[in-house]
Amino acid sequence: MSEMTYRDALNLALKEEMRRDPRVITFGEDVALYEGSFKVTRGLLAEFGEDRVRDSPISENTIAGVAIGAAMGGMRPVAELMTINFALLAMDQLINHMAKVRYMFGGQVFLPMVVRMPSGGGSQLAAQHSQSLETYFMHCPGMRIAYPATPADAKGLLKTAIRDDNPVVFIEHEILYNSKGEVPEDPEFLVPFGVCNVMREGTDVTIVGYGRMAVLSLMAAAELEKEGISCEVIDLRTLNPLDEATFLKSAARTGRAVVVEECWRTAGLGADIACRIFENCFDRLLAPVKRVSGLDVPMPYSRKLEKLCIPSVAGIVEAVREVMAASY
Amino acid sequence: MPQEILATFNVRRLSILDPDGNVDEALMPELPDAELRRMYEMMVLLRTYDNRALALQREGRLGTYPPSFGQEAAQIGSAFALKPTDWVFPSFREVGIHLTLGYPIAQLYQYWAGDERGQRGPDHLNIFPFCVSVGTHLPHAVGAALAARYRKDPVAVAVFFGDGATSKGDFHEAFNMAGALNAPVVFVCQNNQWAISIPVREQTAAATLAQKAFGYGFEGIQVDGNDVLAVYRGVKEALDRARDGGGPTFVECLTYRMADHTTADDAARYRPPEEVASWRERDPLLRLERFLARRGLWDEAYRNQVQEQVQQTVDAGVRAMEEIPPPERSDLFTYTAAAPTPRQAAQLEES
Ligand SMILES: Cc1ncc(C[n+]2csc(CCOP(=O)(O)OP(=O)(O)O)c2C)c(N)n1
Ligand SMILES: [Mg+2]
Repeated sequence: MSEMTYRDALNLALKEEMRRDPRVITFGEDVALYEGSFKVTRGLLAEFGEDRVRDSPISENTIAGVAIGAAMGGMRPVAELMTINFALLAMDQLINHMAKVRYMFGGQVFLPMVVRMPSGGGSQLAAQHSQSLETYFMHCPGMRIAYPATPADAKGLLKTAIRDDNPVVFIEHEILYNSKGEVPEDPEFLVPFGVCNVMREGTDVTIVGYGRMAVLSLMAAAELEKEGISCEVIDLRTLNPLDEATFLKSAARTGRAVVVEECWRTAGLGADIACRIFENCFDRLLAPVKRVSGLDVPMPYSRKLEKLCIPSVAGIVEAVREVMAASY
Repeated sequence: MPQEILATFNVRRLSILDPDGNVDEALMPELPDAELRRMYEMMVLLRTYDNRALALQREGRLGTYPPSFGQEAAQIGSAFALKPTDWVFPSFREVGIHLTLGYPIAQLYQYWAGDERGQRGPDHLNIFPFCVSVGTHLPHAVGAALAARYRKDPVAVAVFFGDGATSKGDFHEAFNMAGALNAPVVFVCQNNQWAISIPVREQTAAATLAQKAFGYGFEGIQVDGNDVLAVYRGVKEALDRARDGGGPTFVECLTYRMADHTTADDAARYRPPEEVASWRERDPLLRLERFLARRGLWDEAYRNQVQEQVQQTVDAGVRAMEEIPPPERSDLFTYTAAAPTPRQAAQLEES
């Protein structure tokens, strides 16, 4: 184990996998000499050279399309989109092609590719640069979606993503890049897809989160402990496949659940998760499931207003108190 | 059958003012002395506005800011070519257009301080909001141009973007549709030769950006983007042609991004200092000063007077910006639609 940042853990995963498998290549806007707009590709050009670490013109749909073609052509590409917001420009390639190639070729062709994309709000980057679009990908079958919350998971999930023969959308949270944690040094350390991380065990209420929302949930749980409320905090880790067994078992046991999502509430992933809990644990619930969500508004540029739009520790604490107080 | 040549194209380059301030009289546009001086004053205003923005950003009073340093001629020359009735679709590095057309300085700073209400410009100015996504506004400009033609409104639309935007599908599709539908639109590229860390030679294998227009059936011309007179002339001819029904034109202004990409960047990490130094000698403002001096329109006293005046204008803009009250919580949903949905109304209550 050694302590490192989420950013360095991602970087280490890339380096280890590129050393392990010469078919792993990476490209995107400003990834080579500039080492990525969030410096996740630091040192890759120097170690692996221009053939495997390439800058691309500003052409998001083609970055995704070229990754698909390269994957068909026997490589294991890791494409970087500068942020998830620009994935919208690549949506045809990602949804209409990447997610469907295996299906449409009757399984003959598969795409061992990863599309990395920094995501999330909170850095005062305004309406078009602060979005949480994870639900857009979750809605579409045919791809894997990983969203690490901790440095260890950042490393382990990215390595699994690169070794996976399915296309993976790999979402990284911009505010977590500098967060620190213990990360296993073992180059065979992998975090499997489809297994939630029970970050904290508890008995009164289940909090389900992912990415930065899982981190905030953990902080909320620490606050709530002072009030004598015992929270179980579950990080989804991968949004597809989704390990529902873990959070359903937990919710059935605690009888109370709060789902924390950074995306917009309307038709967001929290609705799906809450619905699964209602469908499967209805008779065990002691209170209605509650969602803590991003507000249904384009992200304000103003720092003051932006804060109001993103779930906060205080908001989660409040939701848990409400769930604890509620009963049928 | 012998092979035939079906099409050949010539890419013109226009330059009028050389780095020493000598002018090609044959190409010199007709501009009264007062206008030449106003061009100079606007370029000084832009540079002063820009420097103040950097200072405000360092003090934490502005968010991430993309400077215009080095690109003053490309912006001011273009702005002078516009008629007040024309429509402008700017990218994020064109405040020189705003300043020239009289957009309130306070609101420009307000926007970059993190308040979209700064984009709500005076109603008489036909300037669309900054487009912070690269190149995604080119189709909007084509649409606005087609709408103007449909309304029989004899205006032109000018859309501004960087060299990096020429790699976008939106660029190519907008060019193609503008050509096919003969839209009265002028595409103005500020080729500052860098897109963050990517030099233009890695953005495209084409020798010029201008030549891309020929593939879509209209002319592309390169102008010396540090020569305010060439920019003015090139853009004006294109706008006149668009207004007269001659369809689209592409004007590539070859210039240089003297500063970092934004205040969040450190260009020294990826740019050779000699390259930056060589462009310092081609400073568009110095060039215009030399030219004006030769015409007897510039001396140190005049420069000092302009600088002082511009400083006061910018100071007043900053003061006015600081007097704008911050947005209120109740503003959260105000601008999302004509009226908030019931769910939004409920969320406002809860927030
Ligand atoms: C669609 C899209 N992709 C990527 C970005 C990130 N980005 C912001 S500015 C920029 C470079 C733009 O270069 P250029 O078009 O030459 O304009 P300049 O910054 O030089 O004025 C990039 C890649 C973005 N804003 N939008
Ligand atoms: Mg550029």
